[in-house]
Amino acid sequence: MTETLIGNFPLVAAVVLTGIGLYILIFRRNLIKIVMGITILSSSVNLFLVTLGYREGGIAPIYTDAPEGPMVLPVVQALTLTNIVIAVATSALILSLVIRIYRHTGSLDSKKSRRMKG
Amino acid sequence: MATLIEHSSILIIAVPLLIAFLTPLIGMASKKARNSVVVVGLAFVAFLVFALARDVILNGIHIYTLGATSPSLAIPEGTMVPVRIILEVDGVSVFMGIIVAIVSLVAVIYSLSAMKGETGQNRFYTLLLLMVAGTFGMVFTGDLFNLFVFLEITSISGAALIAFRTKFADSQEGGFKYIVVSAIASLMVLFAISLLYSQYNLLNIGALAAAMQYTMLDRIALVILIAAFAMKLGGVPMHMWISDTYSVAPVSITVLLITASQASMYALMRICFILYGVTLDLAVVGWIVIAIGILGMFIGVTMAVRQTDITRLIAYNCVCEAGFMLIGLGVGLAVLGDRTDLGTFGTTAINGAIFHMINHALFEGLLFLVAGAIFYRIGTRDLNQMGGLGHTMKFTAGFFLLGALASSGLPPFNGFASKILIYESVYQFNPILTIIGILVSIITLAVFVKAFFSAFTGALLPKYEDIKEVPKTMIAAMTIFAVIIIIFGLFPGLILDWIVRPATDALVDQASYINAIMGAIP
Repeated sequence: MTETLIGNFPLVAAVVLTGIGLYILIFRRNLIKIVMGITILSSSVNLFLVTLGYREGGIAPIYTDAPEGPMVLPVVQALTLTNIVIAVATSALILSLVIRIYRHTGSLDSKKSRRMKG
Repeated sequence: MATLIEHSSILIIAVPLLIAFLTPLIGMASKKARNSVVVVGLAFVAFLVFALARDVILNGIHIYTLGATSPSLAIPEGTMVPVRIILEVDGVSVFMGIIVAIVSLVAVIYSLSAMKGETGQNRFYTLLLLMVAGTFGMVFTGDLFNLFVFLEITSISGAALIAFRTKFADSQEGGFKYIVVSAIASLMVLFAISLLYSQYNLLNIGALAAAMQYTMLDRIALVILIAAFAMKLGGVPMHMWISDTYSVAPVSITVLLITASQASMYALMRICFILYGVTLDLAVVGWIVIAIGILGMFIGVTMAVRQTDITRLIAYNCVCEAGFMLIGLGVGLAVLGDRTDLGTFGTTAINGAIFHMINHALFEGLLFLVAGAIFYRIGTRDLNQMGGLGHTMKFTAGFFLLGALASSGLPPFNGFASKILIYESVYQFNPILTIIGILVSIITLAVFVKAFFSAFTGALLPKYEDIKEVPKTMIAAMTIFAVIIIIFGLFPGLILDWIVRPATDALVDQASYINAIMGAIP
């Protein structure tokens, strides 16, 4: 039991991060904290992806002067890098929107800065 | 010409992307040149889409492999699976491509006058073209990860465009809601993709469909994907963002947002029909989709009744119409494994749902453009402050009536043509669904009659006496939609045969989608 837990530690960490991210998104009303929740959620997915791609003893597929051993197809790593770039763009855009909302309403509390209902 | 068609699927994505980054440069020199480059570029893309559509419907699925020696070479020598990024265009893809092509062209023509007074127009057109490129990418790609990337391109540029008029507080709020919902949905999609990749080491939709084992993880991934795309298309528990974003965006962007939502619906269809296909127990999945649809119809129409903001009213009507499409699709999914039921009414239901998608984009697009025209002239969206606008804005009033009647499903407009297909086929599956559908259509008509009378009829209010009709390019944009609506309403049989039936056939035929990628490998 303990060994499987340690062996799958990155997966457990991804689950915990997902839980934290969802908790923040659902229960926090501060707009900046919502941005943090999305970033944490994104990190958890990244962690999950990278964990899937790990092969014990595998080497990077650089053919010049490669040591012996199985090479790893780096698709998952490419996906993770793409997602990191996208996450940066997303959080930059959300933060700029939060700044605009704050300038208009003077509040970061989603209950107070909210204009549209129903 | 043959070379152009061979490369058209990538050109349709690449041309808007290229023009997107050229517009700021050209815009610095001359505004007129920038506008004509954008319009001509999108017209060229629309031409390519129609050429590709003709080719796909006549000659079958079109494959484009990026980076291969020959575009149709999906699987490189020495490997058994596709490793490159592949665009796979079948009947449904070109159908969606036609919707995006028409709507984006109209949106740009409308923006020429509607956005004239705004600052930062160079960036507006850049973002608009990025969004168009992203939507085209979503419907043409044959690769799950590519789908995620294009989904993100569409979402990010869409959110920036919703919040484009930074002087309004509510548009900032709408942009914030849109990007939060999109970010969560796309992360769910990525998580589901990683669940699938972890088992099969594949990202290509056709190859994944061939390798699918229906393990527990696959079922979890299916649930996550359905939830994520239902969120992006405004299915009911997650529909709140629709009214808040559609109502505050510049209307030319709202019509593009409708197509982006429909691209999400396309992704839902692609995943349910092609990726998971017939061997899964689809009655349950079908009923889940039907339940989302029924809730959407009911909540959409009841919320529309109590709105006083004209764009919010139309936005809730969008939620309602999305419900109609989901019901058609859900019935098709529920009987997908049963060949006799599929033959008697399943394909008709899918036909109706797919036909309703293009009709929905057209008449909701027209209604939003009319609402935008009113806002452009009088500066308010509140129905209580309007009155008698039909005296001076005659064309606009006519277009609103046309869109409203089409949306309520009255003959001889296009909404009737697709709704009758959904009614008659769904009736054979479960009569109660049809009764709810007809009831919802009647309430929709009531909603629009109320809106029409309070905005356009009655005595002309003194403060609106010097209001004139909107500029010619806006009228032209609305006329394009109106003409297509009337043509589709008068000749629904032709449209069904030309573009809708090929789309349905492609959707229920999982084997040929797989074969187009994997070749004749048994």
